[in-house]
Amino acid sequence: MWGRSASFLLDKRLRDQHPSLSSPSSSSPDSTMDPNPNPNHGVSAYYQTRAEHHAIVSSDWLAQAQAAVDREGDTALMEGPHASAAVSLSASKHFSVIDEFNYWRKKPDLAEAVAAIMALAAVIRSCEATTMMELEIELKKASDMLKSWDTTSISLSAGCDLFMRYVTRTSAVEYEDFHAAKLRLIERGEKFGEISMKARRTIAMLGQDFVFDGCTILVHGFSRVVLEVLKLAASNRKLFRIFCTEGRPDKTGLRLSKELAALGVPVKLLIDSAVAYAMDEVDMVFVGADGVVESGGIINMMGTYQTALVAHSMNKPVYVAAESYKFARLYPLDQKDLEPALHPIDFGVPIPSGVEVETSARDYTPPQYLTLLFTDLGVLTPSVVSDELIQLYL
Amino acid sequence: MDMRRPPRTVSDPKVRQVGFVTPSAAPPTRSLSDAPTTVAAAVAASAASASSPPSGEISLPGSSLSPVMIPPPRHASSDGRPSAPVAVPNPASSLRRDSLRIRVGSYNASEVVLGTPPSASPSSRTDNAASEFSDETMSPWHGRSGTAKAASSFPGSSSEMIVMKTGVGGGGGAGSTPKSPLTTASVVKTLPGISEKEREVLMGTQNDGAGASKTLKEKTTKAERRALQEAQRAAKAAAKEAGAGVKPSTASGSAVVANTKQGKVVKPPPQKKDGPQIAPPSGSSEKKVVDRPPEKDRKKDVPAPRMQFDDKHRVEKAKRRAVVNQFEAKNRVELFRHLPQYIHGTQLPDLEGKFFQLDPMHPSVYKVGLQYLSGQISGSNARCIAMLLAFREAIRDYSTPPEKALVRDLTAKISSYVSFLIECRPLSISMGNTIKFLKNRIAKLPDTMSESEAKSSLQSDIDRFINEKIVIADKVIIRHAVTKIRDGDVLLTYGLSSVVEMILVYAHEVGKQFRVVIVDSRPKLEGQVLLHRLVAKGLNCTYTHINAISYIMHEVTRVFLGAASVLSNGTVYSRVGTACVAMVANAFRVPVLICCEAYKFHERVQLDSICSNELGDPDVISRVSGRQDLNHLDNWADNENLQLLNLSYDATPSDYVSMIITDYGMLPPSSVPVIVREYRRENLWI
Repeated sequence: MWGRSASFLLDKRLRDQHPSLSSPSSSSPDSTMDPNPNPNHGVSAYYQTRAEHHAIVSSDWLAQAQAAVDREGDTALMEGPHASAAVSLSASKHFSVIDEFNYWRKKPDLAEAVAAIMALAAVIRSCEATTMMELEIELKKASDMLKSWDTTSISLSAGCDLFMRYVTRTSAVEYEDFHAAKLRLIERGEKFGEISMKARRTIAMLGQDFVFDGCTILVHGFSRVVLEVLKLAASNRKLFRIFCTEGRPDKTGLRLSKELAALGVPVKLLIDSAVAYAMDEVDMVFVGADGVVESGGIINMMGTYQTALVAHSMNKPVYVAAESYKFARLYPLDQKDLEPALHPIDFGVPIPSGVEVETSARDYTPPQYLTLLFTDLGVLTPSVVSDELIQLYL
Repeated sequence: MDMRRPPRTVSDPKVRQVGFVTPSAAPPTRSLSDAPTTVAAAVAASAASASSPPSGEISLPGSSLSPVMIPPPRHASSDGRPSAPVAVPNPASSLRRDSLRIRVGSYNASEVVLGTPPSASPSSRTDNAASEFSDETMSPWHGRSGTAKAASSFPGSSSEMIVMKTGVGGGGGAGSTPKSPLTTASVVKTLPGISEKEREVLMGTQNDGAGASKTLKEKTTKAERRALQEAQRAAKAAAKEAGAGVKPSTASGSAVVANTKQGKVVKPPPQKKDGPQIAPPSGSSEKKVVDRPPEKDRKKDVPAPRMQFDDKHRVEKAKRRAVVNQFEAKNRVELFRHLPQYIHGTQLPDLEGKFFQLDPMHPSVYKVGLQYLSGQISGSNARCIAMLLAFREAIRDYSTPPEKALVRDLTAKISSYVSFLIECRPLSISMGNTIKFLKNRIAKLPDTMSESEAKSSLQSDIDRFINEKIVIADKVIIRHAVTKIRDGDVLLTYGLSSVVEMILVYAHEVGKQFRVVIVDSRPKLEGQVLLHRLVAKGLNCTYTHINAISYIMHEVTRVFLGAASVLSNGTVYSRVGTACVAMVANAFRVPVLICCEAYKFHERVQLDSICSNELGDPDVISRVSGRQDLNHLDNWADNENLQLLNLSYDATPSDYVSMIITDYGMLPPSSVPVIVREYRRENLWI
């Protein structure tokens, strides 16, 4: 759009002075917790985790991600002792939050939100607070630390918020005995992993009803929940066909197609740009979500928006499978209204000098392009998400 | 509104359950052809319900009107216990009821004129209870005549005759009882009409120059007094009737009925020994009572009708009682005839002249009213705060007149203030909500509280409302909104919204780099005020009129708009022109952010800007300031075929709204009902 001089300028400025303008919230951690920033600004930690979990096909990306993680782990480990030796006790505790989180998030099958909650539960365990208030403050610090460590991850911050909410809601009122409360919270935190698994099963039960015999499903991105739904549908002897998008740049579609082929489901791979071409044959679109925002829209891997747009214009339903802990109190107004999660792209060939590359890893799909959300709270329309969030956080 | 909901939800299952339990208990009028047992049941039902009203009335002031609460006394009365004292409506009790009813009636009528939905104040509750009561008393009437007919059709069967008698006896106890419900019913029935007439008369006298000083309060008291007399007279007449026999009432049924009843009346003794016998059908008696809630609910569910100004009769009535002389606007636009049509400003001198005659009006309220009238205070927040502050002063200077309860008298007083303010300018929705809150607070005052305590508690409530719901809410909104402003943005706003102004100023203060486009429209040109203030603060502004909206929208990245109200279907009710701006922004895919405090949310649903709106002075759109040569519309009023329309508000469909920023955070328009629900609940607690 020619007229939009302002946003055009803004984009340009963003690109020009990217590191300094990466928003105040991400630059403030640099200054406040100097010793332990997220080391590589180029890659979103969230996508590093995904890369590890999903054993991405692109070999050099894997190597790169691995290196990044190792480097980061090293720095954290290296600096951790330094800092704890040099500075105060509380500092070391903060470090342990992120270490703990990193430990948990490297486990496959564990969602990031769950990892965050595990890490916070560990904070409670190691915390020496003697009153609920102290514990809360401690926990708040830790969760802020976690959130600022990776500002791009929605489920991380949603998980932290959720747990904090749980702590502040249950504490003090119900349990007079501090230790009982503490144990209860730890237990709750540890049960969360289980809850998340159960959520996935619930969603699979709900979602598989929408798969009917002879249908063709387009899947964009690799989502454990979507895979669970399809698995359950396949095990219920439903006959259906999957179109997998390739899912550049980390080629998540290849992984998904491998898993589905192992189940005996017919799969066809498409390049990302063939979505519109293939949409004719498609009966429904299944996607996962990195985060579900207040408007009822979703934030998901790059390409979800265009897939949803194409599906919408051809009147095909778009179904989103997401656990309720991915609901976040965010409200992006447009694509640029998000903390950018960056993701390097391997084009295979050297990029000509002076050419920019769009490295954002995800996009925002507004609610009007989504048909239904499968969550562990039930099958929801997008507008219900806000109701749930209000009830949770107000 | 909210207060009415719980009783209904409670009563609904009750209705279902009871209806299921006694399916045989059909409406009494139909039961005459059925087996005698049903007749007996019906009689018992009518008797029981006849006995119940007084008891219900006794427990009325404190308890809620849910039918679940009523049964215990009824059971007790129908279980052979001496029900007579409860059942016999002695004149005193009927008097009390009548006085109650009268006050309620007058209050309610004023409410109708106010155009606000009846608030959850005790008086409206008693109104409900009273109407319920009158329903109750009415139903036995039909029930009795029906059963009487039934009795006449079974002259030979003595057993059911006895049963029937005992039923009646159980309900009434004494010989005089049968007509007791009838008398109460008639009294209740006649009263509203009387009070209505009363008021009309009063209005008439009041409007006639000398009588204009008559206060609203006086009106109610006089009406009350008159109603009291009326009630006494009615009660006396009833008593006389009682002495004479039951004829007049039964005459409505048939002559035979009179005989049977006579017989009945002669035989009070069976009542005692048959007391237990009636106990079984008491289930059906419950049914009888419970039969009624649906219609009551229906009545309650119907929102208080807004004043429809194309209804000649009501307009006449309203005008007679109006303090402010309102001149009819000529050449009304057909589609908007139902809205109050008058020219602002012309009644100002007239009203000023009346200042010393309006002694009941507190000066601060009067001042605020004049400011509304002259347009010095506009904008829903400003109007709301001004009104609250005026009320606060009025409450501070208020003292309860002797022999009055603060709760009731102050509510009436506030209502009279509100109706005065409405005459100056129709209420905004925010003001309606605020008044509801205030009345609710007054109603919730504990009886034990002393007057000074009550007054100070109310004043602090008002302060808290202003602080929490407006001032702090604005701060929260600003904090949220600023996160949506990025460097390099071009923000568009329309008209003058206090919240949007604060947002822009604050964003500038925290160092965001952005440009503002202020879109304005005739005739108010409020945007110039905003422009002036923002430029003074050093913001980079562009000023344009709404005609240029499609041109300017290209470069805009965000649209920030204020709202007079957000309705529960997500419709934004705001300054006229807002819908146009939002629509163009939507067409250009520019996000539209509505900034609105949650206290302005309303549970109403509105689909267009026609059914509820406010008309401005048509003259101001016919003139162009600074262009004397453009005088084509100078004598527009003389031309019958020409109508000018100057609307004040319009409704923006929720499709055009990307986000609503409230003190509860940033929400999609689809979540407004959730907030309305939560907020109401919280509001009751405050």
